[in-house]
Amino acid sequence: MQIPVEGFMYPNEVELQWSVLIVLYPFITGLVAGAFILASLERVFRVVAVKPTYRLALLTALAFLLVAPMPLQLHLGHPERSFEMYLTPHRSSAMAMFGFVYLWYLMAVLLAEIWLDYRKDIVRKSQTSTGVARAFYKVLTLGSSNVSERSLVIDDRLGYAITLIGIPSAFLLHGYVGFIFGSVKANPWWSSPLMPIVFIFSAMVSGIAAVMLLYMVTTRLRGKQIDIRCLDAIAQYLLYTFVIDFSLEMLDLLQRIYEADESFRSLDFMVHTRLWTSQVIVQILLGTVTPIALLGLTQLVKFSEIARKRIYGLAGCLTVMGIFAMRWNVVIGGQLFSKSFLGYTTYKMGFATREGLLTAIILMILPFLILWVLVKLLPPWTDSESAPAHGTT
Amino acid sequence: MDITRRHMLLLLPAAAVAWKYVQAGTPEAAPNYKLSEHSWGMLIDIPKCIGCGSCVRACAAENDVPDGYFRTWVERYHVTDYAIERPQVESPDGGKQGFPLNQDASGKNFFVPKLCNHCADSPCTQVCPVGATFVSPDGVVLVDKNYCLGCRYCVQACPYGCRFINPKTNTAEKCTLCYHRITKGLTTACAEVCPTGARQLADLKNPKDPIHEFLRTHSVQVLKPHMATGSKVFYNGMDGSVR
Amino acid sequence: MAVALIAFVLLRAAVVPKSFGEYGHYRGNAIGEIASRPIAHAGHDVCEGCHTDVVEKKRLGRHVVVPCEACHGALAKHADDPGNIQPPKLDTAVVCARCHEANSAKPKGFPQVATAEHSGGLACDTCHQPHKPKIETEEKAAGGKK
Repeated sequence: MQIPVEGFMYPNEVELQWSVLIVLYPFITGLVAGAFILASLERVFRVVAVKPTYRLALLTALAFLLVAPMPLQLHLGHPERSFEMYLTPHRSSAMAMFGFVYLWYLMAVLLAEIWLDYRKDIVRKSQTSTGVARAFYKVLTLGSSNVSERSLVIDDRLGYAITLIGIPSAFLLHGYVGFIFGSVKANPWWSSPLMPIVFIFSAMVSGIAAVMLLYMVTTRLRGKQIDIRCLDAIAQYLLYTFVIDFSLEMLDLLQRIYEADESFRSLDFMVHTRLWTSQVIVQILLGTVTPIALLGLTQLVKFSEIARKRIYGLAGCLTVMGIFAMRWNVVIGGQLFSKSFLGYTTYKMGFATREGLLTAIILMILPFLILWVLVKLLPPWTDSESAPAHGTT
Repeated sequence: MDITRRHMLLLLPAAAVAWKYVQAGTPEAAPNYKLSEHSWGMLIDIPKCIGCGSCVRACAAENDVPDGYFRTWVERYHVTDYAIERPQVESPDGGKQGFPLNQDASGKNFFVPKLCNHCADSPCTQVCPVGATFVSPDGVVLVDKNYCLGCRYCVQACPYGCRFINPKTNTAEKCTLCYHRITKGLTTACAEVCPTGARQLADLKNPKDPIHEFLRTHSVQVLKPHMATGSKVFYNGMDGSVR
Repeated sequence: MAVALIAFVLLRAAVVPKSFGEYGHYRGNAIGEIASRPIAHAGHDVCEGCHTDVVEKKRLGRHVVVPCEACHGALAKHADDPGNIQPPKLDTAVVCARCHEANSAKPKGFPQVATAEHSGGLACDTCHQPHKPKIETEEKAAGGKK
C-alpha cells in the first residue's frame, strides 16, 4: 500500500502509528466523564432540574466505559500482554495509569454509585420477579436485602461521598488521556500544558450533549413527555461548558499563530490543506461556533417549547460530531506532518480491518446496545415504579 | 611530498579504518564484558559521507530489518543560499541503494546518516507503559521484544523518527547499536562497512577511545539539542539546516 | 477488597518475570537475549585471513579502505562454512554506482562519474578491477604519479 507523501518525511514516519481506534478511545472516555459530570450536577450540586437524567447519565457512562478498553485492545500489537500494565506499570508513563484509573473508576465509582442508587429497586425486583430474572437480581443485591429507612439513608450518604470522589476521578479518567498527548515533547501539535484541560472540558461538553440527546430520544421512544425544564437546565450547562472549552482552544490557537515557532509554518499548512474540512469546517464552524450560537440564542430569545427542543437536538448532534472531529484532529492531525517540519503523509484508513472504519462503527454502536440492555435491567425512568433513591422526584 | 587532497582522501579514511580496528578489539574479549565499563555512542563525520547506503544495507542484513522500515537511513540535503530553515531533503528508500545521478551543484548539498541517538535522557523509554524499552547500563536504548505490547507510544515520543513497529513481531523496533556485536568487541555493522569511515562506534567511558580527542578538537553537534534528550550520536560538520 | 488486593499481590509475584528489575524497570534477561543474536557480518579481518591474494591486490590501491562486506554483503555464514556457502556474484553496474554515481552531495574530491556517459553502458569491471580500481595503462601514461 503506497502512502502518498508530500515533501520529506523521516522514512519511519510515513505510516501512521495511531489509527481511528485511538481517536475513538478519548471520545468514548470523554462521553463517560461528561455523562458522569452531568449526573453529579444533580447529586452533588443539587441542580434539581436535571434529575430526570440522573440515572440515564449513569447508565450511559457505564455503557460507554465497558466499551472503552476495546479500541485499545484491538490496536495493541500484543493485546495478550496488556495485563503487563497491571503487573509492571512504568511510573514515568502516563499510559501506565490507564489500567488502574479505569479499574478504580469502574469499580469504586461508577458501579458502586449505580448499585447504591438502584439498591432499593434491585431488592424489590429480587423479591417480585420470577425465574432467571429473580436469580439475576438476587445476585445483584450482593446479599443485602435491607431496605429499612436507616439503610437507605446510609445508601444516600455513601452515594453522595462516591459522587464527590467520582468528580475528580472522572477528570482523572479523561484528563490523563490529555496528558498522554500533551506531554509528548517530540510532537508540537500535541505538546501543550493546556491539553488535559481542553480534553476535560470537551469531554464534559460531549457527555452532556450525549445524555441530553439520549434523554430526548428515549423519552420520545417511550411516548412520554419531555421535561422541558430539565432540557433547559442541561442546555444551559452545555453552553457554559462549551464557552470555556472554546475559549481554551482559541487561546491555544491564537498563541500558536502569534508566537509562530519552528513548527508553525508546517502545522499552519497542514490545517489549511489536509485538516481544513475536519478542523475548520466540521470541528470549529459546524461543531463549536454553530451550537454555541444556537444555545446562546435560546438564552437571549424566548422560543417556544417545540422550537427549543429542535434547537437543542440540532445543537446536541452538532456538538457530539464536533467533539469527535476534535479528537480526530488531535490524534490523526498530530501524525500527518513530519517531525522534520518538511513534509506530510496521508492516513489510509482500512475498512474491514482490525483498525478500520467498520471496526470503529461497530465499536460506536456497541455502547448503545449495552445501554439498551442496561435500561431494560435497571430502568432509569422516574415515572414508572422506580424512582431515584435519593430525594423526592 | 606535497600532501594533496587526494592523499588526504586516502590517508584519512585509512586512519579511520585503523581506529576502527583498534577500538573494535578482539572478539575474544566478550566473556569479560562488564556493563558498567561502557557507555556507547557514535560519531558521524558528515563531510566524509558519500551516500553510498552501505550502512543501510548492512544494518538490514545484520538485523533482519523488514523492507520499508529503517533502523538507520541516509538523507540528502540541498540548501539554497541562506534558506537554512527550509532545506530540500530526500531519502529514497532510506538511501538503501545509494542516491541517483544528480549533478546539480547549485546551493549546498550533503548527506546525513541517521540512526537512534541512544539518548541518555531518552523520551521514548520514559513513556513506555510497561518497561519494554529501556536504557541498558552501558548506555544503549534497547527494546525487549518479548515484553513489548505494541502500543506505539515510544514511536510517537521519539523526536528523531528512528522507531517503527516490526510487522512480523508487532513490537517496537529500532537501532540497537548492534548490541550483539559491540558486546563482543566488534563494531556496529554500519561502521564496519562504511568505506570512508564516516560512521564510527564510540565508547564514551573508555579513556582511550579516539572520540574524546575528536570532541575536543572539532565542532560537533547533536540532532535537536533543544529537546534535551542527551543524544550520544555526535555529528561533525553538521550544517544548521539539518532537521 | 482486601482479599482482592492480596490475591493480586500473590498473582503478581508469580507472573512477573524473575529478572524484572535487575538493572532497572525492565526484564534483566532481555539484555542477554539481545546480545546473543547471531552475527551476520564477519568483518574484513576475517575475510583477509583467507583471501590473502585479494589483500595483496588491494594493498596498493584506493580501495584498501573499503571493507570487503561493503560490496560483497554480510558474509559471516560464508566465513563459517566457506565450502558450502558461496557469496553471490556481484553486478558491478549496480555495486559500483552506489558509491561512484555522480552526486553533488558527495565530497568534492571523491571520485564520481555519470556512469551512463562514462562507460557508454559497459559494466564497470570491463575496464576496472574492483580490488585495484586504477587502470594500469593510465597510470603508466602519467609517468607513474598522479
